[in-house]
Amino acid sequence: MRDETRILLESMGRLFDDHCTRDVADRAESGTFPDALWRAVSETGVPLAALPEQAGGADAEWSDLYAVLRVAGRFAAPIPLAETILAAWVASAAGLEVGEQPMTVGPVRADDRLRLERDGNGWRLTGRAGRLPWGASAGRIVLLAEGPDGEMAVSLDGTGGAELTAGRNMAGEPRDTLGFAGLRIAGDAVAPAAAGVGRAALYRRGALARAVLMAGAMERALDTAVTYAGERKQFGRPIAKFQAVQQNLAVMAGQVAAAGAAADAGVDALSIDDPARQEFQIAIAKTRVGDAATIAAEIAHQVHGAIGFTKEYSLQLSTRRLWSWRDEFGGDVEWAARVGAFVCARGADALWPTLTDG
Amino acid sequence: MTFQAFRFDPVELPPVAKALRTEVRAFLDDNRASLGNRRDYDQAFSRRMAERGWIGMTWPAQYGGHARTAFERYVVIEEMLAAGAPVGFHWTADRQSGPNILRYGTEEQKQFFLPRIARGDLSFCIGMSEPDSGSDLAGTRTRAVKVDGGFRINGSKLWTSNAHRADYMILFCKMAEAGQEEVDRHAGATQFLVDLKNSPGIEIRPVINLLGEHHFNQLFLTDLFVPDERLFGEIGNGWRQVSSELAFERSGPDRFLVLFKLLTEMVRVAGDNPDRATAAALGRLVAQLATLRRMSLSIAGMLQEGLQPLTEAAVTKDLGTRYEQDLPVVARQLFPAEPELEAVDTYVSMLARATMNAPRLSIQGGTREILRGIIARGLGLR
Repeated sequence: MRDETRILLESMGRLFDDHCTRDVADRAESGTFPDALWRAVSETGVPLAALPEQAGGADAEWSDLYAVLRVAGRFAAPIPLAETILAAWVASAAGLEVGEQPMTVGPVRADDRLRLERDGNGWRLTGRAGRLPWGASAGRIVLLAEGPDGEMAVSLDGTGGAELTAGRNMAGEPRDTLGFAGLRIAGDAVAPAAAGVGRAALYRRGALARAVLMAGAMERALDTAVTYAGERKQFGRPIAKFQAVQQNLAVMAGQVAAAGAAADAGVDALSIDDPARQEFQIAIAKTRVGDAATIAAEIAHQVHGAIGFTKEYSLQLSTRRLWSWRDEFGGDVEWAARVGAFVCARGADALWPTLTDG
Repeated sequence: MTFQAFRFDPVELPPVAKALRTEVRAFLDDNRASLGNRRDYDQAFSRRMAERGWIGMTWPAQYGGHARTAFERYVVIEEMLAAGAPVGFHWTADRQSGPNILRYGTEEQKQFFLPRIARGDLSFCIGMSEPDSGSDLAGTRTRAVKVDGGFRINGSKLWTSNAHRADYMILFCKMAEAGQEEVDRHAGATQFLVDLKNSPGIEIRPVINLLGEHHFNQLFLTDLFVPDERLFGEIGNGWRQVSSELAFERSGPDRFLVLFKLLTEMVRVAGDNPDRATAAALGRLVAQLATLRRMSLSIAGMLQEGLQPLTEAAVTKDLGTRYEQDLPVVARQLFPAEPELEAVDTYVSMLARATMNAPRLSIQGGTREILRGIIARGLGLR
């Protein structure tokens, strides 16, 4: 790891440790956006760091930004950090305005469709963007829509008059559906999407963000479970001393290690130019991390017994996110099917080269 | 908080490794007739690999090695395994006996053994397990006594793969000195380099496995004499020496590419455009395999740096065997068939082979339970 990366991650770790308190988590879940946490994160420059310097960014490495997301996942940070990073990337690449406020981006579901039609010197937007993270509370919403001449990026100031249906994932994070019935949008809020920064690319990077967040959340759940097993006594000794508990935790640790390695591989894939090949590698990451999340969450709860099933105890902050994130930006079955389709299309005799080349 | 319990640093194969892969595939094309047979032990094939410099690749040139990186060796062995090449003759020596001799052997031993291994002249087997000590290696009962000019050894070894055809065995035993056991179960552990072909006092009996194959053996050692110059490492240091072998033994691609042919055949049966459920089931397996390969490569990188990632090796082997044992389970669900070992249809025959081989994978080289115990220790639980 580069020194700059290590320093960045240490300082982000301290920041999240200070700001992601239990009170902040609970208040976020009951609908109060964590402004102080967001301000602190925003002041580090991380949300816009992917942008070029002339656009207010830092030309940061994507690998560093994903590494920060892993830390955010460990601390269950209840903010749209991944979404803001991706929204800024889409908007800025298209030459649209970005700001300091929390942003979100979409569509995040493969089946959702948005259409843009010309209307004088402006546009009209039709369609639906389902389960947008922080859709109602983000200061700016960046959307990709089909225009008459190809993919367009749209930057909305807030929900901008969309029809809003509030929703939440199992962790209580906002997942709001926005409907557009010919909503009028000013000309300067729309621009052609940049090459390589369209829906497919957003979907891949969003799925990778969920994989990386899950890898972080699993690390926290493992740490919590190991610590608890060392403290909780039954039959006169810590439950960590029972082989049955040790074996379970060893299985969980293996899954957590695999998830970390798979997430790293997905991040490495961002440097692959061929989109199909990049998608294959990210699909592997989302699939493997999602599978690991299922096993890791199950064992973390088993080790904790009843206390882990309470709202008061903190394990649920990690496990409810794992259960939610594994299905966002495409669930593991959808991504696994992409992996399978990719290898089958190339054929059995190309399986080994497919795994090892490129 | 600790968060990351284990270390799996990302590694990238160097460009030279990529060029080497092309070379290995060309070699495999030329040797197509030797591949994919049930015969996995073929000295002539090993010699052809040796001519290319593909045995003892990472060892220093002064000992007949080729001073190449762990990643180059990794490329060669994974290509061999994926192709079903008969690498059994040199496998154990190349993977662990040679590296351990390089680490703990005397100068004379390095000069004698390593060039011969690298030429494909000598094969090795591992003399660890015994009738009463499989997973509990510290409970070994084979005993050595110091005698004039060497050691006299009595005892028995079991599950010794390839002992009937290997030239040498690295024997793990204990010095017969009373009283040590109560202090330390690892006390007195000592290793020897035993010449299997030219030593009186060794009886080798076959143990046929459930596939009807002869890999295992039981060895009876009766007043076996081993000269001083074939003491391996230090008296009493055997436990540490064995531990360093295990990272090599447990982390390689041989822990998840044994049944690769079955996965290949599953992809063939699925065709080029399978339904979503079939594609997803295959995709899950491919995702596991790709991740295992990355973890295993990461360990190769650590071994190259001289580290001993024993816990990471245990993690990789445990996940690798789990994945391989899942292969026939998923295969049966996707593409039902009555498995038959000698079937003409490759899928049907591979399904039989995978089903019948699956149990050994999580036993040999450290049982699943032992590995998970090691992982638990790595987590600080014991």
